[in-house]
Amino acid sequence: MTRYIIRRLLTAIPTLVAISMVIFTILALAPGDPLSEFAVNPSVPPEVRQRIRQSMGLDDPIPVRYTKWFTSILRGDFGYSFRSRSPVSDLMLQRLPTTLYVIGTAYLISVLLAIPIGVISAIRQYSIFDNIATTLAFIGFSLPTFFTGLLFILIFSVKLGWFPMIYRATIDEPGLRGLWLKVEQAIMPITVLALFQTAALTRYTRASMLETIHQDYVRTARAKGLSELTVISRHALRNALIPVVTIIALSIPGIFTGAVITEQIFRVPGMGSLLISAINDNDTPVIMAITIIFSALVVLFNLIADVLYGVLDPRIKYE
Amino acid sequence: MDRFEELQQAVLSGSLSRRDVLKRAAALGLSAPAIAALLAACAREEATPTQAPAAATPAPGASPAATPTGAAEATPTEAAAGQRGQGGLLRLLWWQAPTILNGHLAQGTKDFDASRPVLEPLADIDKDGNLVPILAEEIPSLENGGLAEDGSSVTWKLKQGVVWSDGTPFTAKDVVFTWQYVVDEGTTATTAGNYLNIQSVEAVDDYTVKVTFKEPTAAWMGAFVGPYGYIVPEHVLKDYVGEQARNAPFNLNPIGTGPFKVREFRPGDVVIYEMNENYREPDKPFFSEVELKGGGDATSAARAAIQTGEVDFAWNLQVEAQVLKQLEETGVGQLGITPGVNVERILVNMTDPRTEVDGERSKLGVPHPWQSDLKVRQAYALLCRRDQIADQLYGPAGKATSNILVAPERFVSPNTKWEFNPDRAAQLLDEAGWTLGPDGVRQKDGVQMSIVYSTTINPVRQKTQEIVKAEFEKVGIKVELKSVEASVFFSSDAGNPDTAAHFYVDIEMFTNGPTLTYPIDYMISWWGDESNIAQKANNWGGSNYERWQNEEYDQLFEQARTELDPDKQVELFVRMNDLVIENVVVIPLVHRNDVQGYAKNLEGLELSGWTSNLWNIANWRRTG
Repeated sequence: MTRYIIRRLLTAIPTLVAISMVIFTILALAPGDPLSEFAVNPSVPPEVRQRIRQSMGLDDPIPVRYTKWFTSILRGDFGYSFRSRSPVSDLMLQRLPTTLYVIGTAYLISVLLAIPIGVISAIRQYSIFDNIATTLAFIGFSLPTFFTGLLFILIFSVKLGWFPMIYRATIDEPGLRGLWLKVEQAIMPITVLALFQTAALTRYTRASMLETIHQDYVRTARAKGLSELTVISRHALRNALIPVVTIIALSIPGIFTGAVITEQIFRVPGMGSLLISAINDNDTPVIMAITIIFSALVVLFNLIADVLYGVLDPRIKYE
Repeated sequence: MDRFEELQQAVLSGSLSRRDVLKRAAALGLSAPAIAALLAACAREEATPTQAPAAATPAPGASPAATPTGAAEATPTEAAAGQRGQGGLLRLLWWQAPTILNGHLAQGTKDFDASRPVLEPLADIDKDGNLVPILAEEIPSLENGGLAEDGSSVTWKLKQGVVWSDGTPFTAKDVVFTWQYVVDEGTTATTAGNYLNIQSVEAVDDYTVKVTFKEPTAAWMGAFVGPYGYIVPEHVLKDYVGEQARNAPFNLNPIGTGPFKVREFRPGDVVIYEMNENYREPDKPFFSEVELKGGGDATSAARAAIQTGEVDFAWNLQVEAQVLKQLEETGVGQLGITPGVNVERILVNMTDPRTEVDGERSKLGVPHPWQSDLKVRQAYALLCRRDQIADQLYGPAGKATSNILVAPERFVSPNTKWEFNPDRAAQLLDEAGWTLGPDGVRQKDGVQMSIVYSTTINPVRQKTQEIVKAEFEKVGIKVELKSVEASVFFSSDAGNPDTAAHFYVDIEMFTNGPTLTYPIDYMISWWGDESNIAQKANNWGGSNYERWQNEEYDQLFEQARTELDPDKQVELFVRMNDLVIENVVVIPLVHRNDVQGYAKNLEGLELSGWTSNLWNIANWRRTG
């Protein structure tokens, strides 16, 4: 097992290097300029803008720029943002707690809801519960977050005035009121995200569960006289969870990198909004840092998912 | 809910403890959120026992609990003046988020704006283009001897007794240092352009600064004025000049002379300012705390300021006219329209974008096959329905114009007019020899009059393009529309053919206007000197995109640089404007206004199209 993990980690290195090269090249080839806002501004003459471009190293050949970036990454240095001229790692650390709180909670809620709903839907297939759950899942699945987000703002902020539409990460009021403010402003973004993710996960759980409950070993378990609860939880669910675990594990990197659209709509200062504003501003160091961390997390959680298979299904062995 | 209100009253008057509340609320069968709200009321009371009653302004959204420090510290000493910090929290919303708080390293208007509550220039500019002294004692003029008779230098008298927020005195040395800091090439200051014409800046004494120019200069207000002129402290930044500039903690937490200082800054998200206790005017600022939140989009920003009142002020609401109107009818806030200085215009290419000569298209000296003919350009201008564009697409945010220089008032030409006249346009095209072909497209000697019309991706601009295209096609000019992402269109990347400066199309559209109240920096856009023409030789680094050259204009421009007589100045600028219009180098469409949304009880904003929205924030107040 240990040898397997080490081998997987070693093969991840060239993968990550290749990913970083591809992304860097695409970004370098993409047109755009961090100073474009001042393009026709008479107070920022072209020679000043060209000098700033040079100081950012934007006029160097792509291999030179990549080598510079790569060597500093090896030292753990993500470089400086073109925009705020501060270290990229500081910017990301500022955003991480908010992202983990909002996206993480949404994710947790959706896992906690989706698995029971999916399981009940499967064992009571075509019941009223199943029909309602399926309908809701399709609705949640088909409505994009930008739509539900705007709808929520119109209903709950503008018409009813229940929740604020602007998220503030700097609330420092003491006591329960501060806590409530923090919860209150996160309700809409969390609901929007949870609705979408729960819908998807419910469908996976249901499908996977439906497959296993008709398996021979489940019938055998029932024939042994085990209680229905034990049959479902120990024999059916455990096997049904393998594909679900893959999906959950592979989505976890997304918790760290944020939900771009939802964060933008509710002005949640998370990683997603950092990424999208960096892309708009052509802030290459920030884009590179977030994407490379995302890639590393995807590779890592792939490995974790594989290891978890072994735990869920003892027949799976890695040698 | 009567019982609930009773309970709430009991809580607020302090007759019930938290535990009692919980018991009784549960007995009432209240839901969890309602209980939480009650408990919050308890917490608020407990957290602010010292709250002065007067400070508890009933502003929507502004929680009194947010002002403990301001009210507590200000009341004992300032009781007589009685104003400082009483306003509590002021909430601002910028839909672009500030990323740096050092105005000299700004990457956009948002950064100039977010720096302004902390950093101050010597003078700022009001909406009519008049200078207002900030750190200066008075505005230099010929009368008070501040301006040299020959225009070679300007002498600023500084206010005395001003200190930086850390307590260090502000002196002329800081002004000298600001100049050194900005012009150092390694600093890569965005504002450097306004300081390039300066020979030297000397501190005559602690409160007098003499700026000497390399040549006689009429636009002496380029340096140390407005958003480009923030004075930075020598004692904080002296080790961060040049290459080191980007490492300065100052960039994220500036020390300034302004009414506020930064308590917390999260780049790309929010700035929280608190009162600067060392601010020179003891009764200001009115607000104890300012929150500038960034991000999102203009439409929802308008909603938050006008419809729900969640913020007190929202910046630059570039939102379609109907939407704004609708919001204002239903809302708690109001729209503020400030006369702008910018003109949305169509540039007409004088050179041929289709023929490549020596590795560049639109090359100077290779005339455009039909746009080099004045009659064709006049026809273009007659085909633009400026009133329709202004009324339908811009609404309160713009009006049709026939000038390219629309501010300051004294330089605006009274001589031009515009009209929409397709018949006359068709006639002009016929006269120029471009007649309708069998396919409905005008042609001459086998060449079809088919143009490419480029601009940035922006809903209002795409609709403008449609209106223009419809009229052009009615008279037989084929128009292909093109829209380019703004960061590409305005890129200074010499390798990208889609930029505004390359101008590899027939006509293009964007907005521009002066930044100096003596708008010489803006009129350079039509100066015909080779060095100023955007072309391959200078990596498309010139300001003249149309590649239009006119001897009379060049003479007027060069004269205007050094002209000090106010009447002559007006004459020169009006004539320059008229030349550009008569020759249809540019077709001005809309004189744009700045649109802001803010609470109805906010006063003293003094918004100006020339400078940051926050320039007067020391005097902002909330009434009622």
